[in-house]
Amino acid sequence: MEEASPILAADHVSLRFGGVKALTDVSFSVRRGEIFSIIGPNGAGKTSMVNCVSGRYRPTEGRILFEGQDITRVGPNRRAALGIGRTFQNLALFGHMSVLDNIMVGRHHLLKTGFLRGMLYWLGGAQTEELAHRREVEEIIDFLEIQHVRKAPAGTLPYGLRKRVELARAMAVKPKLILLDEPMAGMNLEEKEDMARYIVDLNEEWGMTVLMIEHDMGVVMDISHRVVVLDFGRRIAEGRPEEVMADPHVRRAYLGEADEVTQPAEEVV
Amino acid sequence: MDLALLFQLTLNGLIVGALYGVVAMSFVLIYKASQVVNFAQGEFLLVGAWVCWWFLTDWQLPFWAGFLFTLAFMTVFGLVLQVVVLRPLIGEPVISVIMATIGLGIFFQALMKWIFGVFAKPFPPIFPVERVSVMGLEVQTVYLVSLGISLLIMIGFAWFFTASKHGLAMRATAFDQQVAQSLGVSVPRVFAMSWAISAVVSAVAGVVVGVVNGVSSALSFYGIKVFPAVILGGLDSVLGAVLGGIIIGLLENWAHYLDSQWLNWGNMFQIAPFYALVLILLLKPYGLFGTKNIERV
Repeated sequence: MEEASPILAADHVSLRFGGVKALTDVSFSVRRGEIFSIIGPNGAGKTSMVNCVSGRYRPTEGRILFEGQDITRVGPNRRAALGIGRTFQNLALFGHMSVLDNIMVGRHHLLKTGFLRGMLYWLGGAQTEELAHRREVEEIIDFLEIQHVRKAPAGTLPYGLRKRVELARAMAVKPKLILLDEPMAGMNLEEKEDMARYIVDLNEEWGMTVLMIEHDMGVVMDISHRVVVLDFGRRIAEGRPEEVMADPHVRRAYLGEADEVTQPAEEVV
Repeated sequence: MDLALLFQLTLNGLIVGALYGVVAMSFVLIYKASQVVNFAQGEFLLVGAWVCWWFLTDWQLPFWAGFLFTLAFMTVFGLVLQVVVLRPLIGEPVISVIMATIGLGIFFQALMKWIFGVFAKPFPPIFPVERVSVMGLEVQTVYLVSLGISLLIMIGFAWFFTASKHGLAMRATAFDQQVAQSLGVSVPRVFAMSWAISAVVSAVAGVVVGVVNGVSSALSFYGIKVFPAVILGGLDSVLGAVLGGIIIGLLENWAHYLDSQWLNWGNMFQIAPFYALVLILLLKPYGLFGTKNIERV
């Protein structure tokens, strides 16, 4: 019954900042194992939506359900522990810290060893736990091919690598659902292809459900299973990429009113 | 030129400087984790020293037991202070938070006077030997022990921040609270922990100074000495705090030497760190290791 129980559901979510309506009555659901994209023109409320899911914003109205549980009032750090990881639109690495330390912060909620037991590090317990975590972190590092920079301060890396380190950090949380806010922004073609491959692999091999915001339509159409389109904070379409792109509302949102003129021309062809 | 005195004062400077460093570290810990400038840091020393003194004299506990109880008390003290006073102020203007910590300082200063009186009271003797001679220099045993403790605390801090789960979480929080939260770090818990650790570490310094000079409200003066140290080191650098503390300790004692040998003004000892403070603010306002973009208040 996996189909029937979505991993994530937005239920009539509205978000207002004073008089500004960032989101109005948005509903959609993400199925387990999907790559699900949120698209829409600039200012459509995509990042606001992701922030509602990650807990940075609390919806003014409506609910967020994760694995059937209402998490609308759950704090962001608890959501990470429940299995929601994320990356940020503007790079948000801990610049002074090494790549490895950045990733280890993602393990925070999984490291059970507390402060006092940590002091007894060498007396057992902590050591085996640490080793198990190191192994998993190494797997992530291998997967994203960042072995060569593991000790480097994250702030010194080139852009494309930093994007990968941020993804590694979000993966370290061991999320069931990973939120990617523009994972390919500012990348060249080759970097985009690499990133698309990583996203497909982390979905297929690592079993993570992906909720992604991306502007590059080519990538979105290629790798997404389903897409929701937002415009001025409202949901205007949801479905498989090709269905959504054929939707007249979507065409209007992206191309403007001139849409009307081009449509008859297509029908002729 | 009295070389023996110069050496003696240099050694004193190092020892006292290490203590300044420890207090400065605990100040920086709070600033880094929660962006609060804690004007009540000196009162942490005061409270810690009085509580320890109380355990040792009124309860007649052996030193180690009284000391451990003091640390336990200070852990709770720091936690309660953060949760009750500072947590409601999250998101309030910086100036409100500063006024609150100044208020806390005055409150504890007065509370301690009310409970324990206004006169300095000596600790019961702790070490069988009062003074030892190191390479011909007379050093109080407690100072040597304090140097050892300071070093231990510094190593402990280094370990905490580089290798422990909570230290890593604290650094992450200092860098970006939103991102740290998205990775499962509980920011309120990090804040509370930083206050608890800071209170405990300050209390250790307070007890050491109390054992040397007796316990009195003069202890809270360490909280003011911390400012030249952390501003020299950079407000948000733990390493800078240690170095700043040592430099200020040395400076104090060398100023004392200069004064006693030639100037005979009589107060250089107390004033020198603040001359240094003014110079640093003029020449290198972000300190030796400070982040350039931190907000000055």
